[in-house]
Amino acid sequence: MSQATSDAKETPLQRVASWADDRLHLAEGSRKYLRKAFPGHWSFLVGEIAMFSLVILLVTGTFLALFYTPDTTLVIYDGPYVPLQGQEITAAYDSTLRLSFEIRAGLLFRQVHHWAALVFVAAIVVHLLRVFFTGSFRRPRELNWVIGGTLLLLAFGAGFTGYSLPDDLLSGTGLRIGYSALLSVPFIGPLLGYLGLGGEYPGAFVLGRLHILHVMILPALLVGVLAVHLVIMVRQKHTQKRRPGATEHNVIGEPLWPNQTITMGALFMFTAAVLSLLGGLFEINAVWLYGPYEPFEVFAPSQPDWYMGWLEGLLRLWPAWEFTILGVTIPSVFIPSVVIPGIMFTVMFLWPWIEVKWISHDTAEHHINQRPRDVPVRTAVGVSSLVLLAVIFVAGSNDVVASDLGIGLQTLTNWLRVMCFVLPAIAWFVTIRMMRRLQAQSVQEPVSSTADDVSSTTDDASASTT
Amino acid sequence: MSTQTSPEDQQLQAARQKRASRVAALAFGISILAGIALVVVYVNGGDTQAEGVLLTLAFGGIGVGLGVWVKVIIGHELVIEPRHPMRSDASDRQAFEEEFDQARDSVGSPDRRRFLGRLLAGAGISLGLALTVPFLSLGPIFSRGARDELFETAWTSGKRLVTTEGQEIHIEDFEPDQIATVFPQGEGTPADSQAVLINVREGRLMASAMPDPDGVVGTLVCYSKLCTHAGCPVGLFRASEGQLICPCHQSLFDVNAGAAVLSGPAGRPLPQLPIGVDEEGYLVALGDFSAPVGPSFWNMTDHSGS
Repeated sequence: MSQATSDAKETPLQRVASWADDRLHLAEGSRKYLRKAFPGHWSFLVGEIAMFSLVILLVTGTFLALFYTPDTTLVIYDGPYVPLQGQEITAAYDSTLRLSFEIRAGLLFRQVHHWAALVFVAAIVVHLLRVFFTGSFRRPRELNWVIGGTLLLLAFGAGFTGYSLPDDLLSGTGLRIGYSALLSVPFIGPLLGYLGLGGEYPGAFVLGRLHILHVMILPALLVGVLAVHLVIMVRQKHTQKRRPGATEHNVIGEPLWPNQTITMGALFMFTAAVLSLLGGLFEINAVWLYGPYEPFEVFAPSQPDWYMGWLEGLLRLWPAWEFTILGVTIPSVFIPSVVIPGIMFTVMFLWPWIEVKWISHDTAEHHINQRPRDVPVRTAVGVSSLVLLAVIFVAGSNDVVASDLGIGLQTLTNWLRVMCFVLPAIAWFVTIRMMRRLQAQSVQEPVSSTADDVSSTTDDASASTT
Repeated sequence: MSTQTSPEDQQLQAARQKRASRVAALAFGISILAGIALVVVYVNGGDTQAEGVLLTLAFGGIGVGLGVWVKVIIGHELVIEPRHPMRSDASDRQAFEEEFDQARDSVGSPDRRRFLGRLLAGAGISLGLALTVPFLSLGPIFSRGARDELFETAWTSGKRLVTTEGQEIHIEDFEPDQIATVFPQGEGTPADSQAVLINVREGRLMASAMPDPDGVVGTLVCYSKLCTHAGCPVGLFRASEGQLICPCHQSLFDVNAGAAVLSGPAGRPLPQLPIGVDEEGYLVALGDFSAPVGPSFWNMTDHSGS
């Protein structure tokens, strides 16, 4: 066919497409995706922001990896940053300082990278909340819910290994706490610690291993798992909001070509623009101020990146309970740093099934998003969990909050402990009441959300309505 | 979605599109200029702030241009895609099952399948184990003394206390309220051996609360500097109260009473380093710490006698 028409003038793009199709038979399979429908609502774009942040992380990270060395050999700093001149520091810290001060565009890319990491996790969390509160995880999307949760865990891991690399005083402190959590696991903790670090803390290989995790294993997993996430999403098609004409048997939205493609292009550009602005103008993780890591030094207040705040808060809130049963000691950090986060993530992963079994008893396939008001119990679970996390997050900087408020640290901590129970309970009852009231208000709204009447006319053709 | 529009509407629409084209053109133009400016700034020595702003304009310009293009010039368009249940048709499922079973039957009789299948599973598990075990090479768990590493530090009886600069400490040089981070002489600064030497206030020390009441020299006491909670260095000293504070999670230790936990999340006191004075008047250790240092672990009570 292409031979027959090739005498007509072909643009270069046509020639390339035709060359590829001649060899790969692409036109038939790709054609239907040109008109793939993307339901348009701003909340559907948050996941894309996460994906674009990941792209920017990979690009900036590759640049940084060309200059960073995960080496703990001691060198004498002789770079342009005067306060550290003449000090003995590790080659890793030295390479971070050099790429910040001596490599052109190095500091810009380092700061964009760090900001992108914060935005990446934030966008994943907001995306997760959208999916949760609208019930988009229900059958058939339980698997993609679990895969999304896995991506969040991987993002935590990538963030933690990343900010441990510069070998400044703050990064070393975070690593030390992470190691203590690992060590606290009964029976296998010391073994895990040994294997992880290559010996007793700080270990011989720690930076080299964190580096491989951060630049190879975790990015590969993130990209691979994200690919599965997207393939499943395309296969199952998007969920859609309740709107006139939307049924369980169709998807109404903007076509992939050209509308959604250009929208996505614009969104990528905006994400990159915001991150460039943050990275250019707003200093982040100024490692030169913290000084080199020495295991016997620390500074106060030491605080991790925002997404680790809840773990920090749990460590500060949990009482000093440490006991030994039958010769097995349960360290005081074990429950707040391993058990509770483990339970939280398990409940999150299993939520689609928990909801079916104990709340909704609904095993049918669903593609229309629910409004939070229509499922008050789930909404209340979500809001209460968020309130609890907020209290724990505040506890993560209890020393700063206490001195800002001018109250005793112990008093504040005790108050926060009480609030961990009181505020989520209040949130629960307020949410249920609010949702019921909203529901009552909107009961008369005419929205053909579950009507099947349109399906017969739309099933046979992906007709454009324009 | 407007299918019937009056001539005035069409005119308005055309004007709007024209305006939008101008905005998009301007935005793309800004992006081009910002990109060129970025190269100029970079070549002339670079500047983080300027580069950040120019990069923002370069990206943002394309973003605005594309946004205007899709929202105004192309406009709103909706397509309706049909959706079918994810579950395959019953006939397809049946056909798949039949073909699968057919192939299974050709693999052998049920008995033979079971027998070979079990052996294959056994081989798989065995190979899996053989391939996993080398991960144990990641840590020195087979080396001698690996089991004891968490229980021992570099401190031994007779080792002089030295500061991080390697200075020995003479008993007469250590002033009231003074605190110093100390290491065993000649061992460098191993993380697990860090200790704090403190000169507490006269008459405050409660010997009965010390794990080793003989391991103090007058008003001088020495404790592990590693917090027993999460392993941060216990870096803050409040001399008037005789309290050590961990800056990470705010555990509070009573220096006068065996570093017992006064408040905070730590589960046990800081281990004491028993100290004495050698014949030249320098401070020395009388042995290792009174308990394993740093964060607790499950079998830490195993070695308590050794």
